[in-house]
Amino acid sequence: MKKIFSLVFVAIFLVGLVFPLGSCSGNKETLTVCNWGEYICDEDSEDGKMFDVIKRFEKETGIDVKYVTAETNETLYANMKAGGVNYDVIFPSDYMAQKMINENMIAKINFENVPNYSNVMDDFKDMYYDPANEYTVPYFWGTTGIIVNTEVCGSVDSWDDMWTDAYPNRVLMFNNPRDAFAVALLKLGYSLNTTDEAQIREAGEELKKMKFNYVMDEFFDLIPSGSAVMAAYYAGDFITVSEDNDKLEFVRPESGVNLFNDVMCIPADAKNKENAEKFINYMLSAEVGLANTLYVGYSTPNKAVLELLPEEIKNDPVAYPEIDEKWERFEALPNDINDLMRDLWVEIKSSNK
Amino acid sequence: MKKAFSYGYLGLVFLFLYLPIALMIFFSFNSNTPVTVFEGFTFDNYLEIFDNEELMESLWNTLIIAALSGVISCVLGTLGAMAVYNMKGWKKKIYSNVSNLPIINPEIVTGISLMMLFVFIFGNNLGMLTVLLAHVVFNTPYVLLNVLPRLRKMNVNMYEAALDLGYRPTQAFFKVVLPEIFPGIFAGFLIAFTYSIDDFVISYFTGGTFQTLSVYINNSLKKGVQPWMLAMSGMIFIIVLLILLVVNIRDAKLEKAKANKKY
Amino acid sequence: MRSKKPFYPYTLWMAIFVIVPLAMVLWYSFTDNNNSFTLENFKYVGDNLSTYLDSLKIALISTVVCLVVAYPFSYIMCKCKVSTQRMLNTLVMLPMWMNFILRICAWVMILRPQGILDNLLGVLGFGNNTIYHSETAIIIGVVYNFLPFMILPIYTTMAKIDKSLIEAGEDLGCNGFKVLKKIIFPLSLPGVITGITMVFVPAASTIVIGERLGGYSLLGDVIDSYYKGPSVDMHIGSAMSLVLMIIILISIAVMNHFDNGEDLAVV
Repeated sequence: MKKIFSLVFVAIFLVGLVFPLGSCSGNKETLTVCNWGEYICDEDSEDGKMFDVIKRFEKETGIDVKYVTAETNETLYANMKAGGVNYDVIFPSDYMAQKMINENMIAKINFENVPNYSNVMDDFKDMYYDPANEYTVPYFWGTTGIIVNTEVCGSVDSWDDMWTDAYPNRVLMFNNPRDAFAVALLKLGYSLNTTDEAQIREAGEELKKMKFNYVMDEFFDLIPSGSAVMAAYYAGDFITVSEDNDKLEFVRPESGVNLFNDVMCIPADAKNKENAEKFINYMLSAEVGLANTLYVGYSTPNKAVLELLPEEIKNDPVAYPEIDEKWERFEALPNDINDLMRDLWVEIKSSNK
Repeated sequence: MKKAFSYGYLGLVFLFLYLPIALMIFFSFNSNTPVTVFEGFTFDNYLEIFDNEELMESLWNTLIIAALSGVISCVLGTLGAMAVYNMKGWKKKIYSNVSNLPIINPEIVTGISLMMLFVFIFGNNLGMLTVLLAHVVFNTPYVLLNVLPRLRKMNVNMYEAALDLGYRPTQAFFKVVLPEIFPGIFAGFLIAFTYSIDDFVISYFTGGTFQTLSVYINNSLKKGVQPWMLAMSGMIFIIVLLILLVVNIRDAKLEKAKANKKY
Repeated sequence: MRSKKPFYPYTLWMAIFVIVPLAMVLWYSFTDNNNSFTLENFKYVGDNLSTYLDSLKIALISTVVCLVVAYPFSYIMCKCKVSTQRMLNTLVMLPMWMNFILRICAWVMILRPQGILDNLLGVLGFGNNTIYHSETAIIIGVVYNFLPFMILPIYTTMAKIDKSLIEAGEDLGCNGFKVLKKIIFPLSLPGVITGITMVFVPAASTIVIGERLGGYSLLGDVIDSYYKGPSVDMHIGSAMSLVLMIIILISIAVMNHFDNGEDLAVV
């Protein structure tokens, strides 16, 4: 008995010793980055153009990066608003950046610490979500569309084609309200930024009609493996998955798609603002931007990177299309419309049987 | 005939319990993605576990939280058990019911309520400390429930005798009471440790960006079934199997020794 | 031993980490963003009535399935040799030690389109399975996850039954069934009740299983979505949690009415 006693006390003592040691590392320079899944280069390529971006940053600056991912703009917002989470750099999409700026959740960036901002193309400055270029730095842009496995589905050309019973549980839909509603609104021919309650309700009904498989990052597993055969998703991710499965095709339906920018921001309550600026500057450099662009497949707003890109990527109509007037950008919606969409979304998700 | 039916039934239930695990382990040796089409044999998925820094960190986090919360719960649970032991009537009923709330309540309610408390106290600094506190909250009742029966079985006169012989109350507690109830505390610790390791919901709500193993696996599962997850299952299975075997053999030996003594 | 002093820390702990959080749930349920009193949040409980019913239904079916499987299982286990019993007990416990998320991951892998089951059916010349993303898939997942929590308490109480009682029953002319009904079942009831509680409560409030295997949100997922998901609104989330908690506590109180034990049996 005595033996067990002393053993337990030694164990307690040891754990007590380890614990403060573990929290000691808090004195080191740190940075918490919250990004989307598969949205940063973490692989080394043989030609050296691709490399683990975070690791290199840690090596160059000595800053310890805590890298986490969120699934959607809405969960990012929830985590910041209610989840007790502290981030230093986030990558919201345009409309969410706008909403967060409106709600004073974003800090102004000190651009003296971000000299590489000069790499950003002028087309991506003075945007409606940040008219004075104070809060955001563009990271990537792109459009939505339909990714289809032509071997199974044949060819597809409109959003209507996604409403099909031919492939049960194998048609993927965005697992976030804004993008999913956008698909239904496009199908109905309404504006993506409609504030007409009736139109939003109608779109909700459309989503309820079909039993989609609502996923986000699982796309990267389900589509290449052939488990799913059709998906509403982002153009850049098509480029990533088409490397593993040549039966895939990307379609931008006639009725339009969503055109979006994803930006880098620093939350107002960030604890390591200067490190965050250092990181944003690093991400804007030509070398790092190239690595990310090659790996992620989305379209770059960075002219220094664009110059370095191989011709076949620059001329790829999936990544660098001619922008159609009909393509619409998301804007932050008024609160009552957001609430309506939220309530309908809960209904859609819990009745998706 | 009857026996064959019985064994058949047991076998069927075990098939249900073990087939998914067996399949995971089988496909953990698969060199192919998608993971469920077997192509060739490889150990790479297992090596990948050790290369994955985030995974190793979350594993380490899980073990630290389990050990620390287990130890702290033991102290609190013992104090709680003594409190309940010394109470009577409705007071006792209310006290013990309230202290059981964290394990009677659905996990999600415990999770969200603690999350709200922690956000209120710590603002947006949820992390290791809050997960630890939360685990102590739901582990303490398990210790309490294991210590209480031991206290009841204890002979109070022993404690009084110790006092009569000149021990101070704390001394008497450590010299007389603690050894009596120690097996209860230890059993409570083991249960607390196990539940802490298996916990997902509470850590998910109270952790912020701090990831325990379950939370990390859940975050990764959002990107689909990854080969290393299957390898992880294989590893956990082997480790747990070994632990349980050792415990079993030891128990069997102890029992035999006991039986021999009787004669 | 009779001194009150050592108990203050525990009482304080309990007040801060058990009572205050629940008080906060209560407070949030009845207030809005401006901290003024409202019943609006409970409107959402009504809107989600079907989700409550779905979750309770799934929990109920799963609990019944677990009970029906676990009772004979425990009975047969008790009839085995002691060494065999110990081994079987270990085998039941082992899957519990596997990570919860990994256990679900296994079923996703098996059931999803073009997964293991579909590949097998394909070889045998059948079409794809229709279980994935259905209520059945959720029930399979729930039963798989919680079956050991039903078996262990039932087995533990059954194994403790004094064999001489059963022999006495047989001597007095009871047949096997009557012994089961008159002696074993009443004496194993506390285990059954613990088992039911340990399966029903987590099953009714489970998160992840519904979305992963069923493709739709159960009550737990909806509550989650008001905290960490797209719907973020702690007031509505609190109201929904409060109602869930009340339903669960009432069911437990009803269950414990059948049982006269003073403490919860613990695995």
